[in-house]
Amino acid sequence: MDKIIRKRLSSAGFFCLVGLIVLLSLSPFFWFVDTSFKTEVEVTSVPPVVLPSFSLEFYRSAITRYGLLHFLRNSFIVASATTLLTISLAALAGYALSRLKFPFRVGLLKSLLVVSMFPQISIAGPVWRILYWAGLLNSYPGLVVPYVTLTLPLGVWVLTSFFSELPEELEAQARIDGCGYLQTLYRIILPLSLPGLFTAAILVFIYAWNEFFFALLIMTQRRYQTLPVGIALLQGQYTLPWGEIAAASTVATVPLVVVVFLFQKRIISGLSAGAIKG
Amino acid sequence: MKGPRKGQALVATLMVLPCSLFVLTFAFYPILYSFWLSLHRIILGLPQLGEPFVGLDNYRDLLHDRVALRATVNTFVFVLSSTALELLLGLIVALVIHRSFTGRGTVRAAVLVPWAIPTVVSSQLWRFIFNDKYGLLNFIIYGGEVSRYKAWLADPFYAFVAIVVADVWKTTSFAALILLAGLQSIPQELYDSARVDGANAWQRFRTITLPMLRPALLVALLFRTMDAFRVFDLVFVMTQGGPADATNVLQFYGYKKMFAEGLMGYGSSISVVVFLLSFSVAMLYMRVIKVGFLQKG
Repeated sequence: MDKIIRKRLSSAGFFCLVGLIVLLSLSPFFWFVDTSFKTEVEVTSVPPVVLPSFSLEFYRSAITRYGLLHFLRNSFIVASATTLLTISLAALAGYALSRLKFPFRVGLLKSLLVVSMFPQISIAGPVWRILYWAGLLNSYPGLVVPYVTLTLPLGVWVLTSFFSELPEELEAQARIDGCGYLQTLYRIILPLSLPGLFTAAILVFIYAWNEFFFALLIMTQRRYQTLPVGIALLQGQYTLPWGEIAAASTVATVPLVVVVFLFQKRIISGLSAGAIKG
Repeated sequence: MKGPRKGQALVATLMVLPCSLFVLTFAFYPILYSFWLSLHRIILGLPQLGEPFVGLDNYRDLLHDRVALRATVNTFVFVLSSTALELLLGLIVALVIHRSFTGRGTVRAAVLVPWAIPTVVSSQLWRFIFNDKYGLLNFIIYGGEVSRYKAWLADPFYAFVAIVVADVWKTTSFAALILLAGLQSIPQELYDSARVDGANAWQRFRTITLPMLRPALLVALLFRTMDAFRVFDLVFVMTQGGPADATNVLQFYGYKKMFAEGLMGYGSSISVVVFLLSFSVAMLYMRVIKVGFLQKG
């Protein structure tokens, strides 16, 4: 009898903890979404209004006065281009790293790890100067190039560990049939690796979509700025336009939240890929 | 398939070439280039002055720069406090989402939401919550008594706390995911046999979970430390390093010197120091960690 009560209590405690974790994870952002649907008066009222009047006023003004669609378009172009390039290059490198023997294999993996960890500031000045010299400041390629560099470690990491798990026998047959390495990669490995490619693509896309530091340095002209830069620099004439900031933030984040809920499993496996095997 | 093949190394080299070129040109070369820049006086707004070689002058100035010292201390305090909190809370979250219960997938997705949010957005979000006039925090603490509302981000101590809170909120889930992967790699039989031996939950946690989780804890620690080290977005959006440099951190200070004040040479000396600091911290960790498939080769 006593045991049953204790069990019930502990499972009740457990679900309270689950509830608390979900609440803390979601409520701050929910508050911003809530704010984005308010009116000017509702945003500044004390006590705060919880149920907004579902006005689209802030979205309208974020689009017409602050160029929200512009930022959205730039973010989409830069993040898509980065994803395409990074995944193609990472697939090539990942195949070699997982299947072939070559002298500096471990050295390459280690240096990729280093790149993924060092602070952006340690390369910021030179990257800016190189892009300035090449006339690429305030251009899409100017931002895509550093993004590809910074996301390659992640892409190579995820794809290498994914390819390593595919059975090698499949390729042996292809090799006997006379396929070269590239053909094997293209015909056998890639079609089997669609889930891995997709996972890596999601992670790279999210990185590029969210990146702020280099976007701030490289895109100084409004017409090229991405969403994070736009949102960070959103300024009213006298006060901060919180409603518009909340609306733009919601637009920038909702696609990601949808992706997270749809592909939670893949993202989790991708993020921990290769990290723990020791 | 087995056995070294002649052309294999050549093919492999060609396949990793594009990736290596990117990394060499836009990551490793810039590190060296930063060092070269740091030995010169380069002022972006005054190109007529040229770029004279000044030896280690920038580093000497850096040693006497009180703001740089402040930013260094702040960075380390930030790294220590945020990483410690994230690992602790991350462990709790990981233990919870490791258990099987109905709706676990949805809970895991909910936990991932802060991780996916752009840092600029989460920074604005917390800046709004900490707002002095109509922030949620003031209302939660003081209710409708508007006269007692605090300007949190204008207070040196609370501004720093605010940045740590915003960081912990956003990145605890990442630590939790790494730890979750660690938990999943612990064989269930260990727990079963411990249970047969009569070990209670706390004993099982201490003698099985914690030791087996060590690699995952170290990996999470490494990644979180390195990431906290380069904190920038939060500071840029929430405080601009203020009030009175209370939240100034290395990456923000370097950015300001280089791009707001145009001191490319001096700023580069900060870049070099930041790189060396973070590199040594990473190397320190790497000595104790075995990271994934690195040892395979």
